[in-house]
Amino acid sequence: MSRETALVTADWVEDHLNDDNIVLIEVDEDVEAYDKGHIPGAIKLDWKKDLQDGVRHDFVSKERLEQLLSEKGVSNDDTVVFYGGNNNWFAAYAYWYLKFYGHQNLRLLDGGRKKWELDSRELTDEVPSRAATTYTAQEPNEDIRAYRDEVVEAIGTKNLIDVRSPDEFAGRLLAPAHLPQEAAQIGGHIPTAGNVPWSKAANDDGTFRKDEELQSLYSDAGLDQGKDTIAYCRIGERSSHTWFVLSEILGYPNVKNYDGSWSEYGSLRGVPVAVGDEPGEA
Amino acid sequence: MCGAIKGGPSLEGVDVANQAVIQGVVLRGEQPVGNAYVRLLDRNGEFTAEVPTSATGQFRFFAAPGNWTLRTLAPRAEVVDSQVVAAKGSVAEVAVAI
Repeated sequence: MSRETALVTADWVEDHLNDDNIVLIEVDEDVEAYDKGHIPGAIKLDWKKDLQDGVRHDFVSKERLEQLLSEKGVSNDDTVVFYGGNNNWFAAYAYWYLKFYGHQNLRLLDGGRKKWELDSRELTDEVPSRAATTYTAQEPNEDIRAYRDEVVEAIGTKNLIDVRSPDEFAGRLLAPAHLPQEAAQIGGHIPTAGNVPWSKAANDDGTFRKDEELQSLYSDAGLDQGKDTIAYCRIGERSSHTWFVLSEILGYPNVKNYDGSWSEYGSLRGVPVAVGDEPGEA
Repeated sequence: MCGAIKGGPSLEGVDVANQAVIQGVVLRGEQPVGNAYVRLLDRNGEFTAEVPTSATGQFRFFAAPGNWTLRTLAPRAEVVDSQVVAAKGSVAEVAVAI
């Protein structure tokens, strides 16, 4: 993977607005953002209603994803371009999620909704209609998803990257400062994790930094390319952003997203926890 | 109107006593700016959160007590940084002019 195969620019999207085999999908944390205006031709996925199971604390099954994408008019051979607010956090999550279920042609709009708005590009409230398809998802690609047992075993052996803000890492905050909910029972981080806030990978306008800057960002933080890497945050969306940087832009092998993240880990009984600004001991 | 809120969004339903709230409005002249982005940076300049402004130009953060910087980005405007101090149980109101 590389920047060229994973990202598209706003100009590129404007040039391809009328291509039938390119599907623009907006995914936001604020699920009403799409309704207030979106890129012409884009459809919406609701990260909670559409992508979460609703009963189990997990995302939807292969069968429900197939049903969802078929209803939305997405075909297996379409190029899906995700974009969204919050610097593409939830768009990166959806990208990771479709990659998990084996969609081949995936892209992220560099800068997402914010860059599009700051450039004063066209937004519309017109909702497109796409003819239903028969979408077939692949078996889950577990190579890109980490679960809690693997994370506990990774302490002191694999690269663990905590991509939350320094105050969340240290345990001074339980959630991002604009979201006072969905917190873990306790604050802190997984021992030996390095803290590389997701935001360091992005410019103020939401676009990703240059490859060289990204490479030194993670090597300076001690990421050992000879080891497997697990990224986590609070609920797995910001760490999808970092997973995207490491796996899809820089092409590093063996990078997983721990989508259970701190909201799960920080509520587990009997696992090691570190507090404060330092990674802590294994 | 008695108790009218100037600046940030209404705090009805928010338990302010346990929060360190930073909120306000982004203005271009007298006009609220509904398509701006406000970033909350911590005392070291590190990104902590970001919200788009509402249709009425308003924004709000639930921060921790301490010193913060608000960085405002809007179409056709220079980036504006504003310093603010948050304290538990109080609401820091900020008007950002772009």
